[in-house]
Amino acid sequence: MRTGVIRKSAAALRGAQGLADFEARGGAFRWEDVRARLEGLPGGGLNIAHEAVERHARGANASRIAFRFLRRDGTLTELDFARLSRLTNRYANVLRALGVGKGDRLFVLAGRIPELYVAVLGALKNGTVVSPLFSAFGPEPIATRIRLGAGSVLLTTASLYRRKVQGVRASLPGLRQVLVCGEGSEGIPGTIDLARSMDAASDEFEIPPTDPEDAALLHFTSGTTGTPKGAVHVHDAVLMHYMTGAVALDLHPDDVFWCTADPGWVTGTSYGILAPLLHGVTSLVDEADFDAERWYRILQDQRVSVWYTAPTAIRMLMKAGAQLRREYRFPALRFVASVGEPLNPEAVWWGAEVLGLPIHDNWWQTETGGILIANTAAMDIKPGSMGKPLPGIEAAIVHRRETGLDFVTAPGEEGELAIRRGWPSMFRGYLGEEERYRKCFAGDWYLTGDLARRDADGYYWFVGRADDVIKSAGHLIGPFEVESALMEHPAVAEAGVIGKPDETVGEVVKAFVSLKSGFEASEALRMELLGHARKRLGAAVAPKEIAFVASLPRTRSGKIMRRLLKARELGLPEGDTSTLESS
Amino acid sequence: MDEGEIRAGVIATLRMIAPEIEEAAIEADAPLRDQVDLDSMDWLNVILGLHERFGIDIPEADYGRLGTLKDVVAYLAARA
Repeated sequence: MRTGVIRKSAAALRGAQGLADFEARGGAFRWEDVRARLEGLPGGGLNIAHEAVERHARGANASRIAFRFLRRDGTLTELDFARLSRLTNRYANVLRALGVGKGDRLFVLAGRIPELYVAVLGALKNGTVVSPLFSAFGPEPIATRIRLGAGSVLLTTASLYRRKVQGVRASLPGLRQVLVCGEGSEGIPGTIDLARSMDAASDEFEIPPTDPEDAALLHFTSGTTGTPKGAVHVHDAVLMHYMTGAVALDLHPDDVFWCTADPGWVTGTSYGILAPLLHGVTSLVDEADFDAERWYRILQDQRVSVWYTAPTAIRMLMKAGAQLRREYRFPALRFVASVGEPLNPEAVWWGAEVLGLPIHDNWWQTETGGILIANTAAMDIKPGSMGKPLPGIEAAIVHRRETGLDFVTAPGEEGELAIRRGWPSMFRGYLGEEERYRKCFAGDWYLTGDLARRDADGYYWFVGRADDVIKSAGHLIGPFEVESALMEHPAVAEAGVIGKPDETVGEVVKAFVSLKSGFEASEALRMELLGHARKRLGAAVAPKEIAFVASLPRTRSGKIMRRLLKARELGLPEGDTSTLESS
Repeated sequence: MDEGEIRAGVIATLRMIAPEIEEAAIEADAPLRDQVDLDSMDWLNVILGLHERFGIDIPEADYGRLGTLKDVVAYLAARA
């Protein structure tokens, strides 16, 4: 493994939007200084969509391109800030006409199409809370989240509605309205054609007063046990989106920014929609899925200057080989960042050597709402490290004790990564689960569930998860959700699900199942279970591998010991098995 | 191998990854990944499976030409 530090030249550091930019007055960083960069609503209050869209649409940036959508067929659809303002006004009026108001919840389920971006921003204008769903979810994860989030309105495409929503619609009585867009969206029973509603709506809208602490976004994430958790974020999070856009992503006004994350996840919302708009930057959105050649061509033809992507994609580009990279030229590209899971040092070096730019890894979670720890443009990179805490963020390595927290001071000692509460995009709750929220904190500290260490230079290094949550292609998957779906099959007696390490996607979901008496393990049954899980959970959540076992290891209290399954899978020592049920 | 056999082989390969698919429900002209739930990893495994089944090398640069079922069958037929 390569070691060492990637040093930045003095010239590179000079142009970077580093800390200095926010400490211009020689004092320490203050959130008030970030707030001063934003406008606020004319009548008082703070609204993300006003800062992201209206501030530019009514100023010098009105005719600047906000979104450049690259459609699957290679054609472009561009929206400038003025047009984005009018479209999002229309959408806000559509919601209002449907009786959807402030605090109500809109779910969005679509690919990376213009309608989705307009819906998210239009809903924020209306004070409606937006909850994104990933379009590769199957019907069960979709229904579970809409139910938990008490969604009253859904925006989706005709195709996704037919394949994934129609069948579970009857189980969602709270979902009063469904807006559909795209081909075949007219005349589907129980739905409203979005295009027709948009045509009928006014393109003028005044944002009602929004308090900085009003809920804006609801992002679901997964824990080891129980149902998915809906992390609530408020309009004040916009301070974080703005600051990190400058410091962690180094956005400058003339940039073309490409965030490859899907808006079904928090990265694709905070950085795929909001942060670039806040900086008046042109944001490229590619509708198609990963394809190495297509991606290099986008970097070249769209003159992307700042690129925010993920380790899985970088490792797939590495696999595609250096020769393919050499067929493209993208001199406009000047900053590359990555998030989703730790970026291995080899990938950072590959960036420096093959891509031509080192890759800046950073760290955050659904709960944190924005980037908290990063290798920034103004820093030397330590390959394999997530970087250092951003301005306004205080991080620590801690051990949980019954009496409180022990703070690790020795460099290199592992512990749990903790963040002092109070940053603007901190989640304000898990929807309807006060107890679960409270358990994430010890005094003033948010406990991340990630194990890490800090070196003598203050760089943080990811070690692993403190729980059994699976991280596949940068997405968190709760084993319980997968196990529950498998258990619905008549042949399955019990199921235990783990993340099996994979060099490209980090971890793949692997399920171990034991069968009820009367069922025999066979290849045909394995494929049947795989299809069963995929139909319910979708490709993003369903297991990639299923293995039959005679029985699953359980604790004496009956919990499946996933750690033991994982240790056995990897051929590792089984560790402490003192709580293992003797059978 | 005729196109019917190639098509059957492609469907069988898809079923290794996505056993739930119904052949009749796949429109040969529409983007395959809109109709069959395949994430990036599934898609790479499908391509690997096609390579193994048909013994045809599918270079990365050609992946973009495999958008629909019809595209995939035509691509393989031209090289079989």
